[in-house]
Amino acid sequence: MSERTDLLLAIADDELILGWRNSEWTGIAPFLEEDVAFSSIAQNEIGHARALYELAAAELGTTADALAFDREPEEYRCAPLVELRRLEWARTIARHWLYETADEIRLAALKASDDTEIAGIAAKMDREEAYHRMHAEMWVERLLSTDEGRRRLNEAADELWPYALGVPDDELRPELRRRAEERFMRKLPDVEPVPRGVHEAALAELWEEMTMVRRSAPEGAHW
Amino acid sequence: MTAAEIWEALAEIPDPEIPVISLVDLGVIKDVEVENGHVRIDFTPTFMGCPALETMEREMHAKVRELGGEAEVRVILDDSWSTDKISPEGREKLRRAGFAPPAPRPAGKLDLVQLQRGFRCPYCGSTETRLENIFGPTPCRSIRYCDACRQPFEQFKTI
Repeated sequence: MSERTDLLLAIADDELILGWRNSEWTGIAPFLEEDVAFSSIAQNEIGHARALYELAAAELGTTADALAFDREPEEYRCAPLVELRRLEWARTIARHWLYETADEIRLAALKASDDTEIAGIAAKMDREEAYHRMHAEMWVERLLSTDEGRRRLNEAADELWPYALGVPDDELRPELRRRAEERFMRKLPDVEPVPRGVHEAALAELWEEMTMVRRSAPEGAHW
Repeated sequence: MTAAEIWEALAEIPDPEIPVISLVDLGVIKDVEVENGHVRIDFTPTFMGCPALETMEREMHAKVRELGGEAEVRVILDDSWSTDKISPEGREKLRRAGFAPPAPRPAGKLDLVQLQRGFRCPYCGSTETRLENIFGPTPCRSIRYCDACRQPFEQFKTI
């Protein structure tokens, strides 16, 4: 597999799995507006995953659906941050902000790529992600404005920090740290990143659910 | 079969989710080329996760087939589509259907402050409106509320 395909799959897997995780709030978010918001964000992320899988599929001679659903759980390249199950609200917001920030840094690098296909997709994704970032930012601000919110958000950020560091490549990690420390207004722990390639047990559970329909109709189905 | 005829035919395809506006009004047709009966349409999708994209593609193929041709639809995924591409007629049609048209794409970074400013209510024309939710029923829309006529309305997101 080329380095290019490997990169496309890593980002596509991040977006697909996070899209599924975000969609777990559909119907049960703390209030209706957040139901709508997380459902819409999920839809965007899965749309990004599809476009990236299509690019990778062209190179591998397969289809986007096959890449999304026919691999074994251990073959996914996503960062463990996105695999964690639907979390309580402060942890959801911490993951949301950390992922979107890491993703912004990654997209900025990709937009400058010599590969025009990748640069084009990254630029298009970034326009949509801007809305996710504003949403995450708004919530972080809101939680930081009360004592309990601040305490819970900070605990969540500490817990998820090693996972967040596992999203961007080595050279982009200092920028993630800089932005996160500025946002949370404190120093974040010096820890080793949780790397891509190791998986949380939660991924296998999600995979069971996510691929169930596809596995039930291996010849393909039309809806 | 000429490119002008194809453009005319494509202008008859309604947006699957906001049928008051056509694909041409929406600005998603970037280019049409006709050569020896072969039609190539360059299509720039709106939001990447929009479930209407496949329907749009299908409709384009069907329209060209009605004219006796076969279309090749080339999907272009880059930053070339923006809500600035929606035609003035398209913006007017949106407004009449109760959608506030999108604000122009800013030169710099889009931020919350820009979204919070008082967009004009498509029902009563007041600018006493506020952002209720960045997100709405489809990826391209936000929800706003008009304090003057006390109605919620949808705003086409700037992208």
